[in-house]
Amino acid sequence: MNRQKTVSALLTALSVLLALIWLAPLYWLVMTALTKTTFNMSFFPSSPFTFENIQYVWHAVPFGQYYLNTIILVVVTFLIQFLTSTMAAYSLAFLNFRGKALVIVVIFMQIIIPNDVLIIPNYLTLSEIGLIDTKFGIMIPFLGSAMAIFLLRQHFKTVPRAFGEAAKIDGANLWQIIWRVYMPCAKPAYMSFAVISVSYHWNNYLWPLIVTRSPQNRPLTVGLAIFAKSKEADMQWSNVCAATLIIILPLLLAFFIMQRHFMNSFVSAGIKE
Amino acid sequence: MKKLLSIALMAAMLLSPMVMPALADDPLQLTMFFPVNVGGSAAQLIENMTAEFNAQNPDIQVQPVYTGNYDDTVTAIQSSIGTAGQPDLFVSLATQRFTMDDTNMAMTLDDIIANDPEGQAFIDDFIDGFMLDSYVEGGHIISIPFQRSTMVLFYNKDAFREVGLDPEQPPKNWEELVDYAQKLTNENRFGVAVALNSGSAQWAFTGFSLQNCTNGVGLMSADGKHVYFDTPENVEALQLWLDLQNKYHCMAPGIVQWTDMPTQFLAGQVAMIYHTTGNLTNIKNNANFDFGVAFLPAGRQWGAPTGGGNFYITKGISEERQQAAWKYIKFMCSTENAAQWSIDTGYVATRESCYETESLKSYYASFPQALVAYEQLPYAQPELTTYNAAEMWRILNDNIQAAVTGEMTAAEALAQAQQQGDELLEDYQ
Amino acid sequence: MTRNAAARRRKEALQGWMLLLPALAIMLVFTVYPVFRSLYLSLFKYRMGKVPEWIGLGNYEQLFSNSTFWKVMRNTVVFALMTVLPSMALGLMLALLVNRRGRHIGFIRSSFFYPSVMPMIAIASVWMFIYMARNGLFDQLLISLGLEPMNVLSNKDTVLPAMAVMYDWKEAGYLMIFFLSGIQSISQDVTEAAAIDGATGWKTFRYITLPLLAPTTLFVSTIAFTNCFKLADQVIIMTEGAPNNASTLLLYYIYQQGFTNMNYGRSSALTVIMLALLMVVSLPRFFSQDRKIHYN
Repeated sequence: MNRQKTVSALLTALSVLLALIWLAPLYWLVMTALTKTTFNMSFFPSSPFTFENIQYVWHAVPFGQYYLNTIILVVVTFLIQFLTSTMAAYSLAFLNFRGKALVIVVIFMQIIIPNDVLIIPNYLTLSEIGLIDTKFGIMIPFLGSAMAIFLLRQHFKTVPRAFGEAAKIDGANLWQIIWRVYMPCAKPAYMSFAVISVSYHWNNYLWPLIVTRSPQNRPLTVGLAIFAKSKEADMQWSNVCAATLIIILPLLLAFFIMQRHFMNSFVSAGIKE
Repeated sequence: MKKLLSIALMAAMLLSPMVMPALADDPLQLTMFFPVNVGGSAAQLIENMTAEFNAQNPDIQVQPVYTGNYDDTVTAIQSSIGTAGQPDLFVSLATQRFTMDDTNMAMTLDDIIANDPEGQAFIDDFIDGFMLDSYVEGGHIISIPFQRSTMVLFYNKDAFREVGLDPEQPPKNWEELVDYAQKLTNENRFGVAVALNSGSAQWAFTGFSLQNCTNGVGLMSADGKHVYFDTPENVEALQLWLDLQNKYHCMAPGIVQWTDMPTQFLAGQVAMIYHTTGNLTNIKNNANFDFGVAFLPAGRQWGAPTGGGNFYITKGISEERQQAAWKYIKFMCSTENAAQWSIDTGYVATRESCYETESLKSYYASFPQALVAYEQLPYAQPELTTYNAAEMWRILNDNIQAAVTGEMTAAEALAQAQQQGDELLEDYQ
Repeated sequence: MTRNAAARRRKEALQGWMLLLPALAIMLVFTVYPVFRSLYLSLFKYRMGKVPEWIGLGNYEQLFSNSTFWKVMRNTVVFALMTVLPSMALGLMLALLVNRRGRHIGFIRSSFFYPSVMPMIAIASVWMFIYMARNGLFDQLLISLGLEPMNVLSNKDTVLPAMAVMYDWKEAGYLMIFFLSGIQSISQDVTEAAAIDGATGWKTFRYITLPLLAPTTLFVSTIAFTNCFKLADQVIIMTEGAPNNASTLLLYYIYQQGFTNMNYGRSSALTVIMLALLMVVSLPRFFSQDRKIHYN
């Protein structure tokens, strides 16, 4: 018994130690962002506390605009995905027709091939349809989400068929059946999918980098990279840390508030889009 | 009644095109892409200058779009020309000019200049060294010098004093460079630093190549169709870098980043750095020691690279837009604006007449270090410029890095660069 | 009656396709079509602003005879080995560590997972300073221990391991949650029975937990491989492939050939190679379809 207690205490100590190691970069990032710039960076910044870095960065870079862009991007993408995936998932779950297997193959292709790999052909397509440097251009490849369809289809299938049949007899049309019967039942799936979609698009970099040119459309990640890469700036770690803090804060806060929910969402989705 | 109405309507329709221009309060909207390599403040300056232009020219509205550093901007331009979001004019590296011409992204400006009564005088006033890299095949002008810089040697006078060197006598040639750098090196400090990262090494190397060459030709032919990487003089130049690192141990081994160098210089961790004049203001504001600015030490002769960005006008835009863009370029490069731009950023003023202005004169009087770049210009030449410039840069940088990391000797690395460069230019020869 | 049934079937089919249409159209245009377009374009000499010229397998021949290409492939495989196995091992270890009840266990789990909700680009921006030459935190640590600073990002032998450490730090917590869910789905009865039979902790893990985790492990390995292949952000911000392409990974190479060199033909050929690679690492996913690897 005693031995078990010792082992348990040791394990606790080990996990706390590892957690501290994992948190160290975040600690340094926050501290450096919020203290005065010095010639030498230090893991424990000793210079006085200040908001100057944040203020400087906020004014030097149009982060307000970038925030707006990212929020529009994330929200609109999710709303459209919500519609298209619900429809597709219902169709795949309950309707019988020929060619379904082929659709499944397409869905699997998207699960296996991450969008980032197809930047060249997709960029060419996008410029042919005139969507370069538009918010819609950033969103469009993601508007049919295999992950969401898969997740919702599985949830829909767990709903007893009788529910749908009953609604039909009551005279509900297709939309009403989906809206009133299936969507409420699949609420957890929608929540998971929202978490995944929002964090993916908040954090996405390569595709928006290629699609956007102007501050009117540039999301936070691209803005941060441009700032971090600007040459000849001096002692920029405190500024880059401040900029980084600005862009990660909302998602990080949301995560620490809803830890369990976030982690469960990632597990149930099983993939990042 | 109906008939009357329709006649009136028709008349109105016929007249409207004639009336519209007079009534037009819709200004012509132009978009300009521009890079800034110096922190965030220069972007603000460009926006302020543009606002002033827009206020003076109510019929034109130029919208400046900050597209990141030079690399990002080159990518942004290449991938948006020909699409709906293309810029009407842009600032990009002078070294992109053959590519811009070859791929039909930018237009040649000869006609615009010829049709402008002040055009030729405007062009003639630019400093020759900067105009050099405005020409493309056939002697056409394709770009106008704007944010131009050159490389100088920054050195820490306090460190010179500390080791018994005369702070007013910076190294004049490679022998002195090696000698001083060794003396300046100690446990906490390296003698000298040259940035060797991709995108910077080719710039510094242009300077060393020019200093060492025997025929006035550094790395490439003026038409951008040939490279001369593997000459014995260039191998010697690269060997000097390797020796500074591995033989004399007075330069940090490996690859020091361009962006890290000013910090290391300001922190006293390196005594001499090869860097852009664009960093002058930054170093002036932050150095807590006495610093000097000098010519790059000579090899067989003085030599320095010029670099930086020029204005281009996108090919295929309407005549009206071309004229508006030209007007804007002339405004941005006017004597007063070019002089002020130089004072505010540390870039080198691009026109001879700038040096006659009171503002620049008093600036040099109060800050003589800034004048060094101008005095060095007669010895300066454009950095590596060829067709497919971005890829050519990469070839040279990769192979320089191969030598620096010890994968190859200097001769092997430059021979490989030569071979890869020849392959790349095959289609143009 | 049969005609009625046929009509109903037709109506159902029409309805099915209409519901699928929006999502399917997007997937066809942005996932299926680009795969074939890459295949097609890879057969042309095609630079931006130039007319494409048919060269058959010319792009592939050029790549295969190019030492940089092989270096990039080597880097990609080496980076995968340095990230996939360690991050999975770490993920499993962390999962075992946090598979307990306790007051602060939620916070500890979150400490491991939080890098997953940060963009790679932000992480790379911060780690760039950790790895910065001489002034960086890592080199400072070395100096304070009396060692030589390493300037890890500029050394061809250390640049990939340095990036791998950063990546493992980011990815381990993400993989942890799959292992955790896998462990928790193993029936308590089994492990308890083993304990009654006198099996120690290690033995239970080795002979009971680990084998039962096999499907999870297979699934996690697919995710881990796919995630590591689709990574270019950190290369763009930290090194741009330096020194001498020692840190150039395949996706970054595609990006560079396509958007810096504007060589669409060659970058399409590279895309095709990347797709082949993804096929290979995704095979386990197909074979284990019916083995319940999705957790719902």
